[in-house]
Amino acid sequence: MNAAQQKETWFGQAVRRLEDDALLRGKGRFVDDIHLPGMLHAAFLRSPYAHARLGAIDTAAAQALPGVVRVLTYQDLRPLLTCDRIPLAMPSGAIRFDVDPFVLARDEVCHVGEPIALVIAESRHVAEDALGLIGVTFDPLPAIVDPREGLKDGAPQARLDCPDNLVAQMSAAYGDVDGAFAGAAHVIAEDFHIHKGGGHSIEPRGLVARFDAGEDLLTVWDSTQMPHQAKRVLVRTLGLAEHQVRVVAPDVGGGFGPKFVFHPEELAVAAAAVLTGAPVKWIEDRFENFMSTVQERDQYWSVEAACDAEGRLMGIRGTLVHDHGAYTPYGVALPYNSATNLIGPYVLPSYRLDIALSLTNLIPSTPTRGAGRPQGTFVMERLLDRLAERLGLDRAEIRRRNLIQPAQMPYDSGLKTRDGGSMIYDSGDYPQCMARALAHAGWDGFEARRAKARAEGRVIGIGLSNYVEGSGRGPFESASVRIGPSGKVVVTTGAAAQGQGTVTMLAQVVADGLGVRPDAVSVIAGDTAASPLGLGAFASRQAVTAGNAAHQAAGEVRAKVLKVASQWLEADPEDLELSAGRVHVKGVPGRGRSLGEVASALAGLPGFALPPGTPPGLSAAVDYQPKGMTYCNGTHVCEVEVDPATCIVSVTRYVVVHDCGRLINPMMVDGQIIGGVVHGLGTALYELMAYGDDGQPLTCTYADYLLATADTSPRIEVHHMESPSPLNPLGVKGAGESGTIAALAVIASAVEDALKPFGVAVRDLPATPSRLFALMHPDLATPEARL
Amino acid sequence: MKAAPFAYHAPATKAEALDMLAGLDDARVLAGGQSLLPMMNLRLAGPTHLIDLNGVPELAGISRAGDALVIGTMTRQRAAERAALVHEACPLLAEAMEHVGFQQTRNRGTVGGSIAHMDPTAEIPVAASALDAMLTVESAAGARQFPIGELAEGYLMTQIAPDEMLTRVALRLWPKGHGHAFEEVTRRGESFCVVCVAALATLDASGAFSRLAIAIGGLAEAPVRLSGIEADLVGARADQDAFRAAGAAAGALAADEAPFAPPAYKRHLAGVLTERALARAAGRARRAAA
Repeated sequence: MNAAQQKETWFGQAVRRLEDDALLRGKGRFVDDIHLPGMLHAAFLRSPYAHARLGAIDTAAAQALPGVVRVLTYQDLRPLLTCDRIPLAMPSGAIRFDVDPFVLARDEVCHVGEPIALVIAESRHVAEDALGLIGVTFDPLPAIVDPREGLKDGAPQARLDCPDNLVAQMSAAYGDVDGAFAGAAHVIAEDFHIHKGGGHSIEPRGLVARFDAGEDLLTVWDSTQMPHQAKRVLVRTLGLAEHQVRVVAPDVGGGFGPKFVFHPEELAVAAAAVLTGAPVKWIEDRFENFMSTVQERDQYWSVEAACDAEGRLMGIRGTLVHDHGAYTPYGVALPYNSATNLIGPYVLPSYRLDIALSLTNLIPSTPTRGAGRPQGTFVMERLLDRLAERLGLDRAEIRRRNLIQPAQMPYDSGLKTRDGGSMIYDSGDYPQCMARALAHAGWDGFEARRAKARAEGRVIGIGLSNYVEGSGRGPFESASVRIGPSGKVVVTTGAAAQGQGTVTMLAQVVADGLGVRPDAVSVIAGDTAASPLGLGAFASRQAVTAGNAAHQAAGEVRAKVLKVASQWLEADPEDLELSAGRVHVKGVPGRGRSLGEVASALAGLPGFALPPGTPPGLSAAVDYQPKGMTYCNGTHVCEVEVDPATCIVSVTRYVVVHDCGRLINPMMVDGQIIGGVVHGLGTALYELMAYGDDGQPLTCTYADYLLATADTSPRIEVHHMESPSPLNPLGVKGAGESGTIAALAVIASAVEDALKPFGVAVRDLPATPSRLFALMHPDLATPEARL
Repeated sequence: MKAAPFAYHAPATKAEALDMLAGLDDARVLAGGQSLLPMMNLRLAGPTHLIDLNGVPELAGISRAGDALVIGTMTRQRAAERAALVHEACPLLAEAMEHVGFQQTRNRGTVGGSIAHMDPTAEIPVAASALDAMLTVESAAGARQFPIGELAEGYLMTQIAPDEMLTRVALRLWPKGHGHAFEEVTRRGESFCVVCVAALATLDASGAFSRLAIAIGGLAEAPVRLSGIEADLVGARADQDAFRAAGAAAGALAADEAPFAPPAYKRHLAGVLTERALARAAGRARRAAA
């Protein structure tokens, strides 16, 4: 840390990440770095069919291969389990069939890649050799690949245990939407198909499980966002008590959503460790990651928007068909996020979206970064662009006329959140945010730039998108702050880190409370043995929930220090301060004690009294429960250049103005925003998980499945606003996913703007070169253009 | 994603490698490993024997032999890209090389490995096709030569027999003052090409084409030479009409189905890129003459 960082508070400083020293020196400890004596290796036999009845499984030849320890199927593992299925789905009244997954396929496989059997062997190589020796009889069944097809009368069943494919239906609605349409000056109707990419963490999933029969303790090192949730599932399915299961998320190389979800492999490997008595490691390879890790995929929207003569929104109505995949490991929250996020920063007097979740013979669909919100934002922003075109308004002007004004805060959107509460925006200045973004991006000067480019034979376009993100989801997160006689400050938390900088964020917050430097604070995150309660990483929540928990806990520890010290130093607590690991009289650093001495006194001596009036231990534990969700917001403006001959899109400029309340570490927020934008840029232009009509995945390597890369990403300018959240003491809001949310819409808007002279309207993502070609040359369009 | 068991062999000389190829059943030679090893890890390829050529120095090297540039099969792509001789005598190859994979893969990947693998979207075979490459393949029984146009026998299949390996590529050099260009479209920045075009041209004193070569990759299993239009345009003024005529000829070629690259789009790109490549090559030739 440099001299500029020697400020009074660490909150708000661009403190260098405490995590990075070890990671940059190759000293991180990821799951695959864990090597235990006698450890065995697992490989999974996966379904080659999208849908089939499972017949006999012959494991004899595989079992006989030298080096193979056990070959396990559902029937082998079931006796260890308390239930047939893994209880995962979050509750929802909308779910008609709860289709929780099995530990291994039982009598039906419902997507390519579904695990059928598990080989435990002395090496991963031998385990994979053995997979080829397992004989399985399949009776292939028709596969549902397109969620719309699955909802048609007479469609084949995606699952034999469900009578039809409508796994859930629900509505997001308020106001008199039909009345609004009846009285509208303008009505437009649009169909959109939005494909969203996967999580694609650089470290795939993986775990090491060890069952210590002597201690009767199952320890699982799991590359997960949700160690406490994983523990809960293992306790329940294996019939163990809470003290018998410890889940540790060591260094985790990215989560981005999929590692929220407990996958069958996690239970299968843990059960195999119990069964064999040896530690078992399974590291997902990239091919498996494409075939078995949850994805987000397809939504089909048919929507209408109504506005008055001035372009003010009156209502939006329509339907959303959501590709749910083959199981329900998450529930219905993903498309509901899409539905509720559509409103964004706009006054929308009435709304009704009818949502159908369709079972398909594809990998279960659950949130990846943005969690359904980018799609809702895409739809609203596309509708506004269309209305602007209809009314002959500038795209910025129609937004100005519809933005929620600061005086309307807190703003009740009219919708309900997942827990049934009202969706109320807590703070923000949306008009100013958009105005700043337009100014930074030179929106008003664009037509001059366009004319200049045109004169040079270049085609450019500009796009604009606003968004709001609900962040900091509850119900709680835990953090404790402890100082022992060593004087070291230790924070434990139920939050889990996958590279976001959670450790640094918590250290900054606690450092301020205790008058120490952040690098004097040790943070233990993601270990169920260190924190009895916890949730983990999702919904851009950890700064809001764990940050406030740690802030409050540090405040309680500070109060205890002051109380003890005021007795010792015979000074009023008001006249004391904490700095450099000591408590002392203000302005007299020599007159004080170290935090270690205070901790030592509170640790107690046998038979001696504690300092009067103070309970033992210099520590505090807080389970912080947010009052409601906090809503961050922002505006993205980007410029693109399109080569109309080759249909190649280059993003040439990208401006973000972002407001996530008070910033704990602006550098880390910048990193989150930039990473989120790049993730969204990939979704908008490149990422496509393609399947054949038979449900076979066609894009299972990074040669076929394209992520956004550094060479195709522009410099992303991030500007901050800080509208504190009134809902939490730190005034913070989430930032982890927001960069992704507007990226889809803004790129679509810019590409469409560039190609308007060619009659192109962008309704489907990703906007690949071959799709744009088909839009520009409808005479040459072929069915494959969907790719 | 672990390779199936195989026996590993590390010959020190070409003769030793060829003896192994003659004596071992189901053997593959390992060059830079940028395609073969991923295929083995995905268990799409599973040779019983792997003969590693990386310890055979005599198989690498770039030299000039009369009007040919001779490149040893194990020459790293990055070495060819950076060689002064390539830049001076065969700038088309240097330009094409910048599009091959990534710099990291070019450090390891070899010129011969790319040609022998014959990926339909690979750039080196396209440049080699424009340069009338003559290939030398050898076995323990001896050597034979044939033009690159005769290499492919189907998708990722070549006429190189199981006991043979490609040892040398001879590119026909163009006279000083020729123009060259390599054009390519990818789905995203650095990634496999959808369509790529290599063009070479010389102009006479009047500004008309005296000689030209155009090769197109990505349309079919092997690069396609535009021989007809090459002949037609000799003597024609190197102007927009000529470039357009070449583009039209390219756009009329057949294109295979490929994931994410519908034939109509590929044909369109072949036309656009051919027009651009030829225009750029002719421009360079014109500037060289001036």
